[in-house]
Amino acid sequence: MGGWAIAVHGGAGVDPNLPEERQELAKQLLTRCLDLGISALRASVPAIDVVELVVRELESDPLFNSGRGSALTEKGTVEMEASIMDGCGRRCGAVSGITTVKNPISLARLVMDKSPHSYLAFSGAEQFAKQQGVEIVDNDYFITEDNIGTLKLAKEASKILFEYRIPSTVGLDSCTLEAETPPLTMNGLPISVYAPETVGCVVVDSQGRCAAATSTGGLMNKMVGRIGDSPIIGAGTYACDACGVSCTGEGEAIIRGTLARDVAALMEYKGLNLQAAVDYVIENRLDQGKAGMIAVSSNGEVACGFNTVGMFRGFATENGFMEVGIWE
Amino acid sequence: MGGWAIALHGGAGDIPRSMPPERLKPREAALHYCLQIGVDALKAGQPPLDVVELVVRELENNPHFNAGKGSVLTSNGTVEMEACIMDGNTKRCGAVSGLTTVKNAISLARLVMEKTPHIYLAFDGAEAFAREQDVETIDSSHFITPENIERLKQAKVANRVQIDFTQPTQKVVEKASVLSLDSQDGTVGCVAVDGNGNLAAATSTGGLVNKMVGRIGDTPIIGAGTYANGYCAVSATGKGESIIRATVARDVAALMEYKGLSLKEAAAYVVEECAPKHTTGLIAVSAKGEVTMPFNTVGMFCACATEDGHSEVKIWPDDPLC
Repeated sequence: MGGWAIAVHGGAGVDPNLPEERQELAKQLLTRCLDLGISALRASVPAIDVVELVVRELESDPLFNSGRGSALTEKGTVEMEASIMDGCGRRCGAVSGITTVKNPISLARLVMDKSPHSYLAFSGAEQFAKQQGVEIVDNDYFITEDNIGTLKLAKEASKILFEYRIPSTVGLDSCTLEAETPPLTMNGLPISVYAPETVGCVVVDSQGRCAAATSTGGLMNKMVGRIGDSPIIGAGTYACDACGVSCTGEGEAIIRGTLARDVAALMEYKGLNLQAAVDYVIENRLDQGKAGMIAVSSNGEVACGFNTVGMFRGFATENGFMEVGIWE
Repeated sequence: MGGWAIALHGGAGDIPRSMPPERLKPREAALHYCLQIGVDALKAGQPPLDVVELVVRELENNPHFNAGKGSVLTSNGTVEMEACIMDGNTKRCGAVSGLTTVKNAISLARLVMEKTPHIYLAFDGAEAFAREQDVETIDSSHFITPENIERLKQAKVANRVQIDFTQPTQKVVEKASVLSLDSQDGTVGCVAVDGNGNLAAATSTGGLVNKMVGRIGDTPIIGAGTYANGYCAVSATGKGESIIRATVARDVAALMEYKGLSLKEAAAYVVEECAPKHTTGLIAVSAKGEVTMPFNTVGMFCACATEDGHSEVKIWPDDPLC
């Protein structure tokens, strides 16, 4: 046992009709992120730095729902949130309501390292960002054509989109549709109504130190000011001596189920191993909610679990194991 | 076992035993009063979710505690209030942060839970929602008390985020600088259970004196400052950053569920082993009608009562005030 390990995710809940090209792009991005993380781990970079650098990469790429490519609020703006936790000492940092900071995960890191607090939000967080001299851009930078389109659809259906739930004009309540449903079109062109999720990375380095980081734009068509699970320590993100966990899916269900903390609590208080703890949480802590997670243990294990259709994910361990996947 | 139980708190921290009567008495009286309101409501059969909201509203309206009126001030001299409520049966919850004009943050948190598809709204978005819901709003100056203006001044002089119970004298500020490594946080909260094992928790606060604008503490973080499920209901108070890190409220319930500890054992373990000394206090009730109020700070303004007639108002560890 032992050795370093890394897991990354680009969100749980994938449109079963997702076009091949997008699946390919997703796998390439996940692979690129894993490679970045692996090089750093081989160079003995500590877990806390590795999770930050990998999530920065995910934020900078518009493919997933974080940083550039973030889901839009009901007003068509972007409000991002992120959190990071260092298993050593369980130090943590989180931000919400970020509108101009290019890499929210790095701001979360600065909250942890350079402020007396754990969590800063909205204009206070933006002020702190300016003081710290982080890279600032216009809110437009984060907005993509894809997401403008998805927001329009969501508004037409007056729904907040969970995973890939396709809005229907028949007044269905939000439930997942079967894969046989034909793709929707906009202006005559078929588009994927994939409502993107969240990104995250968990790492254990060769010293056995665990860390976790999660970043997101939140739910498509969310109310302005809505905070989800990603910046909530114990819900979307958690790391301690035993493990590092990052979750994705329906934020409200993840918060209620204190998912990330529960994985660690099951290991600590019930003696479960990593995968058993992940399975238990997915099975028992979600009720009607849909979510997924990635986790690593101080022993160098990786695990994942999800009750959604698919989760964009990738894993690598020091003994050479490497895998990138979307479906079950 | 069984029967209703209720506990409430007005904050844990470095409460000096030398606190003069004119500052102590109103707080003691408030604890008695709020306990009575909560007990009466439980006896009248009101659901625990309503009881905890009602008690916390009362504590928010009282200027002597750090919530609603009487909230401590940010570094800008403003108030930014936050609150959270959770229903043990359904695990539904609601939270708000960054409120500046809403008279009762806990009630807005409840509306987030009941009237939106979300759990947590903050800052401008939360204030906008408050207006949509037509809740009582009032000019921000309403919440600001002379005591807190003075505390902020002291904190700035000492250039640190401060214990909110320290008295506004130069001597104590120096003492605070020497004694405390970091600041403590007052907060208010209430947990309750009825005779059928229905549990609920609610917490509300103004946060830390001289906190950075936009700083969020443990109070609105489900699992940190507030939590309720089928085992117990918990409300924590103290140094927010430590409570978040130790996922205090969730851990009490997790220890009961995963390790089979009793309420008292679980709560004591969390306060003694999981959170650093001088940072944390909590109140908790179990589905069986038990109650516990441990703290690792100098004191905690708290009170509890159970259906079998036990009743207690307390500030320091070996101190029966009732």
